[in-house]
Amino acid sequence: MLLLRDVHFSYQREVLAGITLEVRGGEVVALLGPNGAGKSTLLRVAGGALRPGAGEALFEGRPAADFTRREMARRVALVAPASEARFPLTALEYALAGRFAHARAFGFDSPRDVEVAARALRDTDALQFAARRFNELSSGERQRVILARALAQEPRLLLLDEPTANLDLAHQVSLLNLVRRLAAGRGLGALVVTHEINLAAEFADRVALLKDGRLAACGTPDEVMTAALLSGLFDTPLVVDRHPRSGNPRVSLTRD
Amino acid sequence: MEAIDDSRIARSRLTGRRTALVLAALAGLLLLAAAAGVVLGSERVAAAEIWAGVWAHLTGAASPLGREQEVIIFGLRLPRVALAAGVGAALAMAGAAFQALLRNPLADPYILGVSSGAALGSILGLMFAGQIPLSRPLCGFAGAAAATLVVYGLGRGEDDPARLVLAGVIVTTFLSSVIALLTALADDIRLRNVTIWLLGDLSSGTASGLAFIAAAVAAGAAVLLAQARALNLMMVGERDAFALGVETARVRWVVFVTAALLTGAAVSAGGAIGYVGLVVPHLARLLGGADNRLVIPASALGGALLVLVADTAARTVLAPRELPTGALTALIGAPVFIGLLVGRKRSAVS
Repeated sequence: MLLLRDVHFSYQREVLAGITLEVRGGEVVALLGPNGAGKSTLLRVAGGALRPGAGEALFEGRPAADFTRREMARRVALVAPASEARFPLTALEYALAGRFAHARAFGFDSPRDVEVAARALRDTDALQFAARRFNELSSGERQRVILARALAQEPRLLLLDEPTANLDLAHQVSLLNLVRRLAAGRGLGALVVTHEINLAAEFADRVALLKDGRLAACGTPDEVMTAALLSGLFDTPLVVDRHPRSGNPRVSLTRD
Repeated sequence: MEAIDDSRIARSRLTGRRTALVLAALAGLLLLAAAAGVVLGSERVAAAEIWAGVWAHLTGAASPLGREQEVIIFGLRLPRVALAAGVGAALAMAGAAFQALLRNPLADPYILGVSSGAALGSILGLMFAGQIPLSRPLCGFAGAAAATLVVYGLGRGEDDPARLVLAGVIVTTFLSSVIALLTALADDIRLRNVTIWLLGDLSSGTASGLAFIAAAVAAGAAVLLAQARALNLMMVGERDAFALGVETARVRWVVFVTAALLTGAAVSAGGAIGYVGLVVPHLARLLGGADNRLVIPASALGGALLVLVADTAARTVLAPRELPTGALTALIGAPVFIGLLVGRKRSAVS
């Protein structure tokens, strides 16, 4: 679905230095790494917002740049922290923005657009504040509305930039459960940038470790989430044991 | 799958029905204000007689009005009413467009210095190309476009609404000095009245000026309505809009040119009437939320209404003296601006 092949990208300095990564349909891939590793830049390249300096970013076999913006938005959705809302849009109107690429440029929302947006809000447990203004919601509630907007795009690939930041524990788990369900049910691919390494271990099919613009390792949580690799990745001593229920790696911090 | 409550959903978004209701109400008010604008004035002509006169013009029958009344109604008041409506519609739509595109509730062609650019352009047009038809509005457009580019260049980068306003203040101050210098140096009789015109003067509507502003308003409304959905997304943020399928660079370019055209047309015809583009879109949002599919047409009608009412008041309240129309709109607009600024600060703290 998404294939990054030897992707390089530089602003003033090199941010991505030869990334090769694939996300297949039905698969959740977590991207872990310290601040400044290039995670968000990688997402922007994957979404077509940035063009790789060298290498290619292919979506369904075609370079992202070959798609029109509308074509791309019907296939790939980005969930990123919201900018400050300065105008009084309701949560439903916000979610309806996800229908832009499906609707005609002129006229009002079709019943189907409204239906899809409302269902997306319900899926993210946000329908109860459909009528409230987006800028009056708590940051966690906003995050669910942003996810609903992405789902309203009916994408094949979800790019999530720290989707669980600002969410309480229940909503962190329900968000990632939802992503898993979408992957299993609709064959959605998902690339998740996160600092929640234990959530990654629990919910991701594969984990990619990114440091200084390079892929340090990529594989199943069992293969990649070892004490040695993770401690090196984050430059801090970490202990890895097993989750008592799932048996997945469980990462713990240590103090000096 | 549980059913989704339809009534709650209907109340949570802008519907075509609500849009039609709001626009019909505003259009009704605008017609009333236009009628009042034609009837009111120092020369008293009964409304029934005016109507008979209008009817006579439409059907080609003999007019019941005297020659002097004919001139007052059809030569002075009607063009002035039309010009006020056109200028108001243009300025308010430009304001709505700038606010959405710049993600800035404080944006307005006057505050951003775009009106000053248009004023300077149209003065230069008058001085150096006065013989060429439509040189004033076209040079006004060029001036507005140049000022837009400069302010956008100065104000972008940091995502702070106040920074853009500051850039606008600086551009306005600079351009006002240039205008003052030009008017002091030139002895052209037409430039003598520039100071009055700068504060808003709708008394000099010419047929070609009216036609230009009508065309600008029609074209501007068509373009902005076609971009209304994209503007809804730009209003949330350019990164989001891009990810949701908007060709952001193209939309920015198209909307900037349109807003500059509207400002240029309005200012070259009626002077730099301030705050219309600030106040009216905010009032429009009170009627049905921030969706630009309502905000843009409601701003066009509401802007026409506001300037028409302000202009009618300006020429009748202290008759036979006439107030500058822009002074009246600023009287309403400046407190609204302060309210927005204070409200923004408070919400930023919480």
